[in-house]
Amino acid sequence: MDFLDVILVLDSTVRLSIPLILAALAGLFSERSGVFDIGLEGKMLAGAFAAGAVGAVTASAWLGLGAAILASIALALVHGFASITQRGNQIVSGVAINFLAAGLTAFLGFAWFHRGGQTPQLPASGRFQGLVLPGAETVRDVPILGPIYSELISEHNLIVYLGFLAVPLTWWIVYRTRFGLRLRAVGENPAAVDTAGISVTWLRYQAVVICGLLCGVAGAYLSIAQSAGFVRDMTAGKGFIALAALIFAKWRPWPVLGACLLFGLLDAIAIRLQGVALPGIGEVPVQFMQALPYVLTVVLLAGFIGKAIPPRAGGVPYVKER
Amino acid sequence: MQGEDLKGEHTEAADRPPAIDLTGIDKSFGAVHANRAIDLRVAKGTIHGIVGENGAGKSTLMSILYGYYQADSGEIRVDGRVVDIQSPDDAIAAGIGMVFQHFMLVEPFTVLENVMLGVEGGMRLAQGAAQARRELQRLERDYALEVDPDAVVGDLPVGLQQRVEILKALYRGAETLILDEPTGVLTPAEADHLFRILRQLRDQGKTVILITHKLREIMAVTDTVSVMRRGEMTATVKTAGTSPEQLAELMVGRRVLLRLDKAPARTGDPMLELNGVSLTDERGVTMLDDVSFTLQAGEIVGIAGVAGNGQSELLEVISGIRRASAGTMRIDGRPVDILHSADAARQRRIRLAHVPEDRHRMGLVTAFEANENTILGYHDDPAFANGLLLDRAGIRGHAVERMEQYDVRPPDSRLKTENFSGGNQQKIVLAREMERAPKVLLVGQPTRGVDIGAIEFIHRQLIAMRDAGAAILVVSVELDEIRSLSDRILVMCDGRIIGERGPEASEQELGLLMTGIAE
Amino acid sequence: MTGTTPAPQTPTKARRSARRRGRLPAWIDFGLIPLLNLAAALLVAGLVVLFIGENPLDAVQILVWGALGYGEGIGFTLFYATNFMMTGLAVAVAFHAGLFNIGGEGQAYVGGLGVGLAALALDRFVPWWVTFPVVIAGGALFGAAWAFIPAWLQARRGSHIVITTIMFNFIASALMVYVLVELLTPQGAMQPETRTFETGGQLPELGWLFAAFGLDIGGAPLNITLFVALAACALVYVLIWRTRLGYEIRAVGFNPTAAVYAGISTVKITVIAMLVSGALAGLMALNPVMGEQHRLQIDFVTGAGFIGIAVALMGRAHPVGVVFAAILFGILYQGGAELAFEMPAISRDMIIVIQGLVILFAGALENMFRPGVTRIYNVLTGPGRAPGEAKAGA
Repeated sequence: MDFLDVILVLDSTVRLSIPLILAALAGLFSERSGVFDIGLEGKMLAGAFAAGAVGAVTASAWLGLGAAILASIALALVHGFASITQRGNQIVSGVAINFLAAGLTAFLGFAWFHRGGQTPQLPASGRFQGLVLPGAETVRDVPILGPIYSELISEHNLIVYLGFLAVPLTWWIVYRTRFGLRLRAVGENPAAVDTAGISVTWLRYQAVVICGLLCGVAGAYLSIAQSAGFVRDMTAGKGFIALAALIFAKWRPWPVLGACLLFGLLDAIAIRLQGVALPGIGEVPVQFMQALPYVLTVVLLAGFIGKAIPPRAGGVPYVKER
Repeated sequence: MQGEDLKGEHTEAADRPPAIDLTGIDKSFGAVHANRAIDLRVAKGTIHGIVGENGAGKSTLMSILYGYYQADSGEIRVDGRVVDIQSPDDAIAAGIGMVFQHFMLVEPFTVLENVMLGVEGGMRLAQGAAQARRELQRLERDYALEVDPDAVVGDLPVGLQQRVEILKALYRGAETLILDEPTGVLTPAEADHLFRILRQLRDQGKTVILITHKLREIMAVTDTVSVMRRGEMTATVKTAGTSPEQLAELMVGRRVLLRLDKAPARTGDPMLELNGVSLTDERGVTMLDDVSFTLQAGEIVGIAGVAGNGQSELLEVISGIRRASAGTMRIDGRPVDILHSADAARQRRIRLAHVPEDRHRMGLVTAFEANENTILGYHDDPAFANGLLLDRAGIRGHAVERMEQYDVRPPDSRLKTENFSGGNQQKIVLAREMERAPKVLLVGQPTRGVDIGAIEFIHRQLIAMRDAGAAILVVSVELDEIRSLSDRILVMCDGRIIGERGPEASEQELGLLMTGIAE
Repeated sequence: MTGTTPAPQTPTKARRSARRRGRLPAWIDFGLIPLLNLAAALLVAGLVVLFIGENPLDAVQILVWGALGYGEGIGFTLFYATNFMMTGLAVAVAFHAGLFNIGGEGQAYVGGLGVGLAALALDRFVPWWVTFPVVIAGGALFGAAWAFIPAWLQARRGSHIVITTIMFNFIASALMVYVLVELLTPQGAMQPETRTFETGGQLPELGWLFAAFGLDIGGAPLNITLFVALAACALVYVLIWRTRLGYEIRAVGFNPTAAVYAGISTVKITVIAMLVSGALAGLMALNPVMGEQHRLQIDFVTGAGFIGIAVALMGRAHPVGVVFAAILFGILYQGGAELAFEMPAISRDMIIVIQGLVILFAGALENMFRPGVTRIYNVLTGPGRAPGEAKAGA
């Protein structure tokens, strides 16, 4: 594996990490407010389908992105209604959202496009294309830095850059704004927020809607940026890997970036290593690499490498003490 | 008597407008009528006590004033103006602050962040932070309430956490400060310090409403006191013109027996012996520190102490719920391993019974039918088995018998336990733990949340058990209860037993010991 | 306290929701309200059908006919219901211990490995009734083993079982693909699947039984696993409500602190309940692997583990409820296949939509209809005491 191979693997790491980063940050907002969300997968899938469908019909990437966000927020509001207003079980609600999304996207896709659940191939205008950063062509031949800039940093689509930007932005919102202070407080002790004269319900709904928004963008990335259309179950467990990354990051923005890049790298290496025998080890089964993020998360949850302590009020509907 | 007193109060307060004026406040939770047509006037610049038994409706009334609950009917006036308080936000705007019994703090936050929450002073935290810090420091100075603004609240001792709560209220511009049972978690010395703060607040023109069920505190610090009983306001009187006896009678509705009639203890063999028992929890905090004592057959030993000084952990170690980290224990002369395994079932087999401090959390599975709870912990007794299965008819029959014997109402063994009142639930636990004539009986907070009639019944049952030869250990935060039940009193502080007294020891003497001033 | 308290449901929460629930007669609690939840789910599903321009009433008619209108349909309905009974029971048993086992899918998948290995080892040498107890043991054992690690981690280390079982579903999927592709697929085969079992590895079908009652179930693969499932329902009832172990499981589920006080080991009960749950899920594999395909294939569980969640929620975690809910989903599954054939615009994914809606209405929104029903019930039963307000004694 030479230098260019490394660059290529890192490049694909970036591409594979973006939906994870967006979805994990989505989960961060929701879970920091005390609403557990195992429905990231479903919301992403709904977003991917909405983007693919609207993108195909209108040939506009922006309308596709808007549709993705709306579809994902709609599901987020269902989750909010069940968990916040009705004080239902948040896990059960998340499971329901995942099935609703899996069923509806396949069902509607089948009914509308008659392609066994796929949406039609998108025209170029229906997709987010790679952006060539200024100077990328001129520095391409510079050793080391050239390929890094032109291959790794340049030529990604808009959502990739948005995804990376979302990390510091999330950090700033969570730790440096009034909303962030209240968000963190309501996930730890909603009664303290309530008695401080702030509506727990409204605050949690805001968090859930932000979660929907980010999941929608993540979904749109899959169908109209990374690929050129929606296919059935195209999230393929990425929502759960994002959840795993969120836990791995202990619900903090910068570590979320790290965890998602790690999981993205594992995925990139798995693709790269398919059928390649490593010296001394032999061929690493691709399934092993696929299972690794889940295994790592279980090991983390077991407390063998640090302890993941979720927001204290997470998963518990807010009921006033009597 | 009610009308008379209120009138007296009204004319006296006429020269100063009442800070708080409640009329006809009514509130029900389901069938529980928590507040019935309550009238209350609190004069400006006074410390006004509200006293009553647990469940009398004090906290509900004050939570309504603070907007945490909404009244079903009634009117609230602040400084003479009618205000519509729908949420804590409205109450804060009306200049009302509240320190809840369970602190409303975000533990991972700093003091400053907790104080700022809800009044951040801008979209960005940085906008308001400097201002908030200055204001906080000014308040700390003005009211002698020093706390490090950058300390993480979860790391502070309870006394300081309470200060943060008071600072929070003052920071929001509270003119009237409500404190709900503020001394439950404090040592007498800390409580006295709190009272000094409250007096100072009053002297600077603030109005303080103090909710408590402890008459000592009412007498010590209030100017006026209102008494609540079963959701009603029974009287409002000047503190200077009343006595604890009169207040107690108003609280309970009839004269209370503060002393139980009982014969001197006739003690027998040592039944429970603890030697050097220590407990360090997972976080490395010492919960029990070298506890040693002996409990003999036929005596009641009371453990006095401020809540949270190791009493709960002591009961949990003795009863086999939790492992100790050092020490030995013998029951009826036989050693019991408390270091390597915790198994409550083993302790039960050697006839140690345990009425836990919190029946909801521990003593009962409230979602079970009553009969299922009458065998909790004894469910592997062959008497309740029918081959491999449980003998359900037998269990129900046994439950009905016990429920009748202990006067549990209604004696319906199929009723879900959560549908019984607190007193009747406690009787179910007592019936279960007492019926097997245990050698050692541990009782935590025997009468917490239990009405007066049931308290007498429970106390008499305990004395009867003692006279039948049981060794009984009672843990209670009610000094009165400890003093009237016990033959000997051990005082706990910081996980250590720091002294032993007879039942004749005065409340002051015990109180001083509880602060940790060893002999 | 040894170990950590497992249940996602804290005692206070249980108490509160129980209080809010009030007291309604059992026929409302276990009959009317689940039916209302189902009705709401079907109504929304009907709107979705309307949305794509098809007639929902026609769809219902085709669906019901496809599932119950003729012998083969009934046979397939019961075949699918058998799967859902097992996975529904698995989820239900864990519920009673206060645990949410989302890992039924993975446990069933790995259970299939146990079934398949046992069948491959014996099918050439002995008749099916000798293989039968061995494959039951194999499926239960492998399913239970796959549930053991999440259970142990929850009980001992406090790792949230919902998350770990989700992770284990994915790990199971990777593991099974590896095992099938690399180890069990015969040389030269095109599909990643084991060889077809001989007769010693095939479970008897039940056509003859139904034929005795004049019903021809045609090619439906309904087999004796149905009886295994029904027996499991009865055993789970006895276990939960009639035995000491069941008493301990329910005590831990309702209030783990009280259970520790009572000398019940929450670690032990958490692990045992999950082992039983995993074993039940693992037994589900009998039906498709030995009753239908007679070989172990990739993805043979096809979501049955997840449908178990909907079945357990709708059946209120009671075996009788589970049987009814499983049959209902059997109807949806078989009728949905028929529907996809008759109305090409409606694909079988409709079932997944309905499954999601049932989980939503019967699970997450279970309290939505209750206040209204309680109010109506109070009005109808006269102005006497309102349920839930009858605080006994004083």
